[in-house]
Amino acid sequence: MSVSASAVPAIRVRGMEKSYKSLQVLRGVDFDVAAGSIFALLGSNGAGKTTMVRILSTLLKPDGGTATVNGFGVASEPVRVRESISLTGQFAAVDEILSGRENLMLVARLRQLKDPGKVADDLLARFDLAGAGSRKVSTYSGGMRRRLDIAMSLIGEPKVIFLDEPTTGLDPEARIEVWQVVKELAKQGTTVLLTTQYLDEAEQLADWIAILHGGRIIANGTLAELKRLLPPGEVQYVEKQPTLEDIFLALVGKDDKVGSSATPVVASSVASREDRP
Amino acid sequence: MSKHFFGDTAVLLGRSLRHISRSPDTIITTAITPVALMLLFVYVFGGAIKTGADNYINYLLPGIMLIAIASGIAYTAVRLFTDMKSGIFERFQSMPIARSSVLWAHVLTSLAANGLSLVIIVLVALVMGFRTSAGPLEWLAVVGILTLFTLALTWIAVIAGLSAKSVDGAGGFSYPLIFLPFISSAFVPTATMPGPVRAFAENQPVTSIVNTIQDLFAQRPVGVDIWIALAWCLGILVLAYVLAMAAYRRKIT
Ligand SMILES: Nc1ncnc2c1ncn2[C@@H]1O[C@H](COP(=O)(O)OP(=O)(O)O)[C@@H](O)[C@H]1O
Ligand SMILES: [Mg+2]
Repeated sequence: MSVSASAVPAIRVRGMEKSYKSLQVLRGVDFDVAAGSIFALLGSNGAGKTTMVRILSTLLKPDGGTATVNGFGVASEPVRVRESISLTGQFAAVDEILSGRENLMLVARLRQLKDPGKVADDLLARFDLAGAGSRKVSTYSGGMRRRLDIAMSLIGEPKVIFLDEPTTGLDPEARIEVWQVVKELAKQGTTVLLTTQYLDEAEQLADWIAILHGGRIIANGTLAELKRLLPPGEVQYVEKQPTLEDIFLALVGKDDKVGSSATPVVASSVASREDRP
Repeated sequence: MSKHFFGDTAVLLGRSLRHISRSPDTIITTAITPVALMLLFVYVFGGAIKTGADNYINYLLPGIMLIAIASGIAYTAVRLFTDMKSGIFERFQSMPIARSSVLWAHVLTSLAANGLSLVIIVLVALVMGFRTSAGPLEWLAVVGILTLFTLALTWIAVIAGLSAKSVDGAGGFSYPLIFLPFISSAFVPTATMPGPVRAFAENQPVTSIVNTIQDLFAQRPVGVDIWIALAWCLGILVLAYVLAMAAYRRKIT
């Protein structure tokens, strides 16, 4: 492989366009994801997050624009891309009829690993599933299923991991478990692109946040940078930290104008929201 | 073709076979209707049917086997459809594996499952008095033709599974296939049928296959029927395979 410099982004997306018949979902999406970082693609339901992830994981062909993952073009070198990534889709991609252990072994075998049984047992222990390893997945709770799903995605140590709404539908406890897993992954140097509609999730996890709205990235930066997009509140007795939700609502509130503008207009009402702990 | 094709297909075949071993009812269900038909035709209608064969079940068994296959392949469509609905299909597609191995695993599973159903049916037929003087070569020919027939219909099932909008749609396409043997030489000789029905019966694939297997079991010369049967099976197989692969490519890109 020729690409190793950390300056080269793990994911690069330029001018990405995708329509389903007359529905234009992506209208020129640009972003970079630095190697080893956690990148959150934030957007409401139907914004096109899954579409973006499916394009990056070679499941869907874009209508226009380019994307590279780990230095490989998704259109020109899909096989190399698949060797570099792992996808945890929006809905848990586990085999209900097999046991948790069998699911893990299945993926380990497909990734040509030496000792599938050991790989499976290690991951079961790491994801707190050892006790349930021999049970059919159809008996698992939502949180267990999601953990297994993510564990399956880690097999073979892919360089880039896509997590499409990894905590949607999970109870708060399971959600925090998934967050811990994601943080751990990034610590090991894996690049994580996750999508979410939860603003606090992006806030908790991501080094970098991009907001997808109206088919474009309307804001892109670190949490601190996004917060600076908001003007300071009016006269305030307590210093307030805007939440990401404030930023998001402020940006999408001016829907038509922000789509193409680099400096979004911020609604004045947002600064008066309650403080966060 | 990817370098992993055989390895990946073997791994995924292991997965589907495990599915089957955990729901053996699909095998039993596939065998039960043909066995019921066999009982019905031998013990209820059989006395009134003149086939020229000294033993009606010897005449009947080949057609019953084709009915079993035609109904058994519906499970392939359903299993494929279920895979696509659950995210597992996309997981496989996003992994560095030979993409066609996902389909081949289902196709080979269909061969195994239908093979098991057929074994059950033949055992029941033996109990009911089926006898054959066929030697190893004839049996080999019978197995070969049944395998080709199963492969051909399974690839049709793959098309159905890939393009279905619902589970019922995925399974439902097989009804006309199950019906074909009834308008063939499977239950009664075609000579007894009125003109147009007879013309259809004698020129559809099932009749040539049934005749061939009946002849092989009875150690009669198979004549031209075996070539017609092979041509039908191979023709359907190639066409269904090409269409299935085209549907698959549309699905995954
Ligand atoms: N296969 C498809 N055919 C037609 N429309 C689709 C298809 N997939 C997604 N859409 C539509 O595209 C839009 C974006 O979908 P999606 O990428 O799933 O959004 P998100 O993941 O952000 O919720 C939605 O309006 C959705 O209904
Ligand atoms: Mg989505």
